[in-house]
Amino acid sequence: MLQSNNNVATVMAWKWIVASGVLLCAALLFGTMIGPAGPTWWRVPLELLDRLPLISVDSGVTDTQWLIVWQIRMPRVVLAALVGAMLSISGAAYQGVFRNPLVDPYLLGVAAGAGLGATMVFTINRAGTTSWIIDPLPLAAFVGGLTAVLLTYLVGAAFGSDRASTTLVLAGVAVTSLATAFQTFLLQRNTDVVRQVYSWILGRLSTATWGDVRLILPYVIGSSIVLLMHRRLLDVLRVGDDEATALGIPVDRVRLIVVITATLGTASVVAVSGLIGFVGIIVPHAVRLIAGSSYRIVLPVSLIMGASFLVLADIPGRILSDPAETPIGVVTAFFGAPFFLLILRMRKARV
Amino acid sequence: MTSLAFDNVSVRYGNDTAIHGFSDTVRPGEWVCFIGPNGAGKSSLLRSIVGVIKHEGSILVDGSPLSARSSRRRAQLIAYVPQSPVLPPDMTVSEYVLLGRNPYVSHFSVETDHDHDMALNVLERLDLQNFASRRLGTLSGGERQRIVIARAIAQEAPVLLLDEPTSALDIGHQQQALELVDRIRTEHGLTVVSAMHDLTLAGLYSDRLVLLHEGYCVASGSAREVLRPETLGEFYGVSVRVHHEPDGTVVVVPYRNVNEGHG
Repeated sequence: MLQSNNNVATVMAWKWIVASGVLLCAALLFGTMIGPAGPTWWRVPLELLDRLPLISVDSGVTDTQWLIVWQIRMPRVVLAALVGAMLSISGAAYQGVFRNPLVDPYLLGVAAGAGLGATMVFTINRAGTTSWIIDPLPLAAFVGGLTAVLLTYLVGAAFGSDRASTTLVLAGVAVTSLATAFQTFLLQRNTDVVRQVYSWILGRLSTATWGDVRLILPYVIGSSIVLLMHRRLLDVLRVGDDEATALGIPVDRVRLIVVITATLGTASVVAVSGLIGFVGIIVPHAVRLIAGSSYRIVLPVSLIMGASFLVLADIPGRILSDPAETPIGVVTAFFGAPFFLLILRMRKARV
Repeated sequence: MTSLAFDNVSVRYGNDTAIHGFSDTVRPGEWVCFIGPNGAGKSSLLRSIVGVIKHEGSILVDGSPLSARSSRRRAQLIAYVPQSPVLPPDMTVSEYVLLGRNPYVSHFSVETDHDHDMALNVLERLDLQNFASRRLGTLSGGERQRIVIARAIAQEAPVLLLDEPTSALDIGHQQQALELVDRIRTEHGLTVVSAMHDLTLAGLYSDRLVLLHEGYCVASGSAREVLRPETLGEFYGVSVRVHHEPDGTVVVVPYRNVNEGHG
């Protein structure tokens, strides 16, 4: 009976991956069916079926309506999925290497750095850049985010000793403050762009294009693969640096690789979506509470659940778009917090 | 069986020196116990063997220096039971014991069936098979200690290090844990190095005691040679009586000089 233990764990993992995969498909479909303009909701699945090879269905969707689905809804849904997936798996990975359940992908200054980069574009001359072939806004956010993390690392390494992770986190706090201070300074001198910057900081998916998707797709795929490869090592790190070392893990190297990978992925998605908070903490936690805390389950399931979560969280923002669209960052916090409490309660009832 | 040798090993924390040029050879299959007051350097010495802290000089396993080994290879040679192990509360016992197989699994692959069988086998040998699916957070102190030892055994390393293995246990579980270590040592021909506070237990289970004081080795030998009232008085600053039982056990008992009337 004991011999089947190995299989039980693997079956459990696959069960959760399949279940969250089904949920993601449903969320993606639901996301493409909903929207203020465009075809009636039930015609969309028919049209999608029709577009599959060898299947012909009369959906009654006009070409213009299809254009709305294809050019506006679908990139937005896919982008939401990619951003949600990346933030969630990065959050889970950060929590693993720092062994701290409260850290999120923005810990080492990515958010503040990206915010500063974006603010610079807005304050220097946003109007002048809209006609550029490559939009400098995501680029500046990406560079700002990476620069901040690099600075965090240099400071952390300069003052760090054996307890590198604590120093690193503190360095992240310092760099975040510094970048925020610069940002505030710029905003004080250019109060006319405060609203634009603020709406960028709260995050938005409303301007999503297939170009955005293409821009971040390689980073999301690359980072996710590297992080997933570390799932077993993250389980070993759960017993702490000393014991993981004694068990043969080069702890500092593993932590460095995981943090850099998660940061790179986060910086890329932040560059196109702005700062969408809460996802990197809430999704991995929800997964832990429901499916267990082994990183072999937490990493892949967070990736998939994170994608579903953000696709669904984006829907209220699209419906409640009068007079101005609700920022996605507000929605994630607004729906995320009660959802989290609900899961905590369910868990308490079960145990 | 495997020997462990220290050649002029020093450990420094910044400007503080925790260990001053320690040299010793632990013979294959020997159980050596480091004793000494708090801060004497017992843990530092053990932690430098594991590679958690840096040291000067060399530590040799079967004659070849540990510093030349990769971290995985080192973990195949040396298993470590720390003073306060971290036990993630929602990890299961079988998952935890399986961590002991880490040195044999390459970084980006997963445990083989052999590793799973090995972990279960260890649990069965320690009579812990009923605990396999229990969460670590639900275990008692004595059970936790046996699980940690089980993980170290699953590591199949010829050298076993134990840092204060009994400090959190009651007298019954202390005996149970040390008997377990002794049984495994005999079955597998392990070389054991431990650090302990309980001098009577240290003398009872180990082959040789090494007394450390402020980072220096000040005495080494059998319990009868090291556990003497004047030695302990000098280095621990303690008043003790030492009894020698007929079976050779050396019992260390603190006493109070009631006539002096303090306290």
